[in-house]
Amino acid sequence: MAVSVKNQADAELTAPPGLDPASLYQPSGTVAPDVALTLYRDQVRMRRFEKRAYDLFMQSLVKGTSHLSLGMEAIAAGFGQAMQPRDYTFATYRGHAHTLARGASMTGVMGELLGRECGLLSGKGGSMHLTDVERGVMGSYAIVGAHLTIALGAAWSAVYRGEDRVAVAFFGDGATNIGAFHEALNLAAVWKLPVVFVCENNFYMEYTAIDSVTAVPRPAADRAGAYGLEGVVINGNDADAVYLTAREALERARQGGGPSLIEAITYRHGGHSRADPGKYRPKDEVEAWTAYDPVVLYRSRLVAAGVAEAELDAIDAAAQAEVDSATEEAKASPPSGAERLLTNVWADGGSAWRN
Amino acid sequence: MAELTYREAVARAIAQEMERDESVVLIGEDVGAAGGVFKATVGLFDKFGPKRVRDTPISEQAILGATMGAAMTGLRPIAEVMFADFFAVCWDIVANQIAKSRYMTDGQVSFPLVIRAGNGGGLRFGAQHSQSIENWAMMIPGLKVVAPATPADVVGLLAAAVRDDDPVVFCEHKALYASKGEVPDGEIVDKLGTAKVLRSGSDATIVALANMVPRALAAAEQLAANGIDATVVDVRSLVPLDTQTILAEVSKTGRLFTVEENPRLCGWGAEVVSIVSEECFDSLDGPIVRITTPHIPLPSADALEDMAIPSVDRITEVVQKALQE
Repeated sequence: MAVSVKNQADAELTAPPGLDPASLYQPSGTVAPDVALTLYRDQVRMRRFEKRAYDLFMQSLVKGTSHLSLGMEAIAAGFGQAMQPRDYTFATYRGHAHTLARGASMTGVMGELLGRECGLLSGKGGSMHLTDVERGVMGSYAIVGAHLTIALGAAWSAVYRGEDRVAVAFFGDGATNIGAFHEALNLAAVWKLPVVFVCENNFYMEYTAIDSVTAVPRPAADRAGAYGLEGVVINGNDADAVYLTAREALERARQGGGPSLIEAITYRHGGHSRADPGKYRPKDEVEAWTAYDPVVLYRSRLVAAGVAEAELDAIDAAAQAEVDSATEEAKASPPSGAERLLTNVWADGGSAWRN
Repeated sequence: MAELTYREAVARAIAQEMERDESVVLIGEDVGAAGGVFKATVGLFDKFGPKRVRDTPISEQAILGATMGAAMTGLRPIAEVMFADFFAVCWDIVANQIAKSRYMTDGQVSFPLVIRAGNGGGLRFGAQHSQSIENWAMMIPGLKVVAPATPADVVGLLAAAVRDDDPVVFCEHKALYASKGEVPDGEIVDKLGTAKVLRSGSDATIVALANMVPRALAAAEQLAANGIDATVVDVRSLVPLDTQTILAEVSKTGRLFTVEENPRLCGWGAEVVSIVSEECFDSLDGPIVRITTPHIPLPSADALEDMAIPSVDRITEVVQKALQE
């Protein structure tokens, strides 16, 4: 089986508003069959996980807030496959998918959302701060834009230490209007650092349309030229396009070619956060983009390429079983206890500030 | 033993640590070939080269973000924030990211980094280039805060800060850069969280920090001439805070005076006063007195700035008056 980026299944789908196929960057190369199946599996895992996270909110088992990647899974999945285990991920508060994409334990992620002992961060960080250093997830950052500067620091450190690691920073379209975005792009370009900046443009910063508050139509790509970078726009709902573009950018970074800025056009199926029903979006826009579902699109593509429906059904079932099992394990884990409260402020493990 | 200026002591400390440990790097605006706007990094660029001593654009968020990212992946970076006032444009990285990430990740990441900054007033720079920001940093869990008063302490405490596995905000007092002091030869490494008793007396304990330390010492001399025998404690490190030394010295004299360059509200002295009130109240023979800058932005004109920041004469007068009451 050979999967091509453009095929019959794609042609039958109408591009939703805001996605102009003619303007998209066309990466080179093809996706190997085993990678394609993994891309599908990862997207399904993320989809099922996020749906479960939503259900658990509705049951008040997850407190606070959360930001889901429903509809945006192809970006995290594509990069997750293209990155090497030694590479660094810097995610945002919408980072469940990006953390899972690097192989973090689903029970650990679920446990963190539930505030349990088994959580990745023992319940001390929560949904917005998922981190799994062993798997290269260097943190999820909840202040918009901050981590773009931190990612360049990790890249600088890798170069200094002579290691060919690449740092990948994911961020939303809203981050392109904060100062840290511009400071990070400039310094990364000046120091020619191995960083890939990935803008997930879902058209709405939070509740406000990004084009109504931004001076240029493409919030990330149109700024690239200011830092001597190419403005690359891709279909963020096409896992193959994401994967292939990511592979190119990562390779260039690894070869000393410096940073890349990639704007991936996508759409979130729900609101910005738990509190947001997303009513500010036109109905037909939501319908068109919901129909242009990255998971559905990818499945159709695989079927058109000859993959048996039964094989894909088995992947779906396995993902659901994994989510069910992670949910049960997380629920069974005790709530984080008092012994965690005063630990790990300092490197000595404690929190003492005086003698 | 050599006599060094405070600014030379900064460069000596950094050189000492960079020679010892390849993972120590220095970044900031004009820190390289220019040697720093305060000339506190002179010679480092020539000695260690552009790979380890890197000039940056005027991008404080990127400087400190880069510092954080480097620290969490194996380096021990030293960053310079030229004027401490500029922390206001990159406070997110300091207060939200660097300070909290170790706790939030339950210890998955560490931040062995130092942020040096030219702190404090007295140079007629006006309200945006003269602030004492040690209290800003002190109130954020996860940051260590150090403010040396002498060249020898600069070397020892900066070396200790570089070797510490936690983030340290290192406040270099701008008005002290030209001051001189004896610095022992050879490697010097001090200990964070240790106050120093610089003078022992029986009538009053004066606790001071950074540029207020030499003023407290001079005031103690004036007081001695008037028959008042004062202890002077240099706090040196606000976090960790050496409360045991302070409590012991207050207990001996029964009177506590804090001398703070910061504006009045929420100054470090208020925390010291709170601790002393709770933990050695019975040893006190009279009210605790805080000597601070009034709660105003610092004015620029020399006459006004001198009126604002605690002076030797003001310290002497306040202590004398309090003890006479």
